[in-house]
Amino acid sequence: MNRAELGRGESWLLSAAGLATLLAGWTAAAISGLVPSQFLPTPLAVAERFVELTTTPFAGYTIQQHLLSSVGRYLMGFGLAAAIGVPLGLMMGWFRWLDDVVSPLFEAVRFVAPIAWVPFAALWFGTGIGGPTLIIFMGAFPPALINAYRGARFVEPRYVEAAQTLGAGNWRVIAQVLLPASVPSIVAGLRISAGLGWQSLVGAELIVASSGIGYLLVKGQASISTSTVMSGMIAIGIVGFAIDAMLRRAEAAIHARRGR
Amino acid sequence: MSEIVFSGVRRKFRRNGEDVPALDGIDLTVREREFVAIVGPSGCGKTTCLRMVAGLEFPTEGEVKVGGAAVRAPGPDRAVVFQQFALFPWKTVAENIAFGLKAKGVANGARHDTIARFVELMGLQGYENAFPHQLSGGMQQRVAIARAYALDPAVLLMDEPFGALDAQTRTVMQEELVKLARRNPRTVLFITHAVEEAVYLADRVVVMTRRPGRIREIIDVGAIRRAENWDRFERIEEVMDQASFVHLRTHIWKLLREQQQPHEH
Repeated sequence: MNRAELGRGESWLLSAAGLATLLAGWTAAAISGLVPSQFLPTPLAVAERFVELTTTPFAGYTIQQHLLSSVGRYLMGFGLAAAIGVPLGLMMGWFRWLDDVVSPLFEAVRFVAPIAWVPFAALWFGTGIGGPTLIIFMGAFPPALINAYRGARFVEPRYVEAAQTLGAGNWRVIAQVLLPASVPSIVAGLRISAGLGWQSLVGAELIVASSGIGYLLVKGQASISTSTVMSGMIAIGIVGFAIDAMLRRAEAAIHARRGR
Repeated sequence: MSEIVFSGVRRKFRRNGEDVPALDGIDLTVREREFVAIVGPSGCGKTTCLRMVAGLEFPTEGEVKVGGAAVRAPGPDRAVVFQQFALFPWKTVAENIAFGLKAKGVANGARHDTIARFVELMGLQGYENAFPHQLSGGMQQRVAIARAYALDPAVLLMDEPFGALDAQTRTVMQEELVKLARRNPRTVLFITHAVEEAVYLADRVVVMTRRPGRIREIIDVGAIRRAENWDRFERIEEVMDQASFVHLRTHIWKLLREQQQPHEH
């Protein structure tokens, strides 16, 4: 069967089979005693631990509180990245001089991985909200800027020309033509930003922070509780997936509204 | 003051590191409130002429003036109707028409009045909140014309505005444009490759040579229209039946046909 012949129901079935195989293999390995249960708890044990973490504080807070604290930092960092990256990218796509000023700086900085910002972020902004926010920002900013920039650069010239002949100045062209014409590109960029930001967040919290889901992982490791670490990782996966699903829906809604 | 003057206009393009002449010395005056159509073989630079009046391109040599001032940038005093309409797909019909009015700073009340007037004039009632992709080509071009006319521009530039329409829609739009132009006369520069359209609409028809574009002949259609009283006819096909119309059309056809002959030495 090639891709095209696979029905939606069959596709679901295969996904479920994949998950079941993983869980079965995992359970078998855990029960066999080849690996000490401290390092490889059964899926059931992890699930139990997960539920326990929702009521019993660990490292100071319940898992929801850790997540809430992570999401707060995340929204700050991602929000800043979007609020600065999108307008700046659009403006760079329109003003040649701004492109010339910013592009070299941006190209130099964007290859410094977000995690490499950790020591600097900790020194300058501390381990509370500032440091992690900067690290998330560094992860989320490049795709937000690049996609807005590309969107603005590749707008069909006839729309820009129409706007100019109708009397629009620079700012009206940016806000009324480049921005709406770039929405698909911007939203695609923000989806990548959201993913990278979420990934950077956990990296940041492993090192700087005194709460949050990354902090829970570190503390779980310190107390040699593999089930706690795994619970945290599952929570990270679920929230990341949820964020992406929301943005995918937003993307679909925007495309539907535009009739394409 | 909305006279368009081309004086000694040349335009070169760079292609593969070579200068390719596109326009080779255009001298032309479009008088205030005159409707001038430019016809010519494709690639002769007629669209470039229009874009230079719009301020979207500039002459390599010579000068284009509108109302006595050299054109330096696009502006709402010279509204453009593009061949592919160029309506903003993310804006409704009303929002598209509103765009230029907002840029001009027209107050809310006056803006809504103007939009309503042009929606009615162009037969767009009931489509105010539709998006362009929900409209037929003919309807989209009505919106584009409304959007341009709503600005009350001194100069109207139309670049093969009916080129993308089917034959019937095209005929209707031509008749409507004539009505609109009679009611609200403007200085119009109209680019087309359809000879009948040019003869039917214009006061003067400029025939261009093939690239590099020069003016082959300027035909004073207005004089014949008045002498033969074409305006007594309501329908385009009646005008096109007149011997005087046929004669003009054939004359222009011949001029264009010459341009298709290979001129290699």
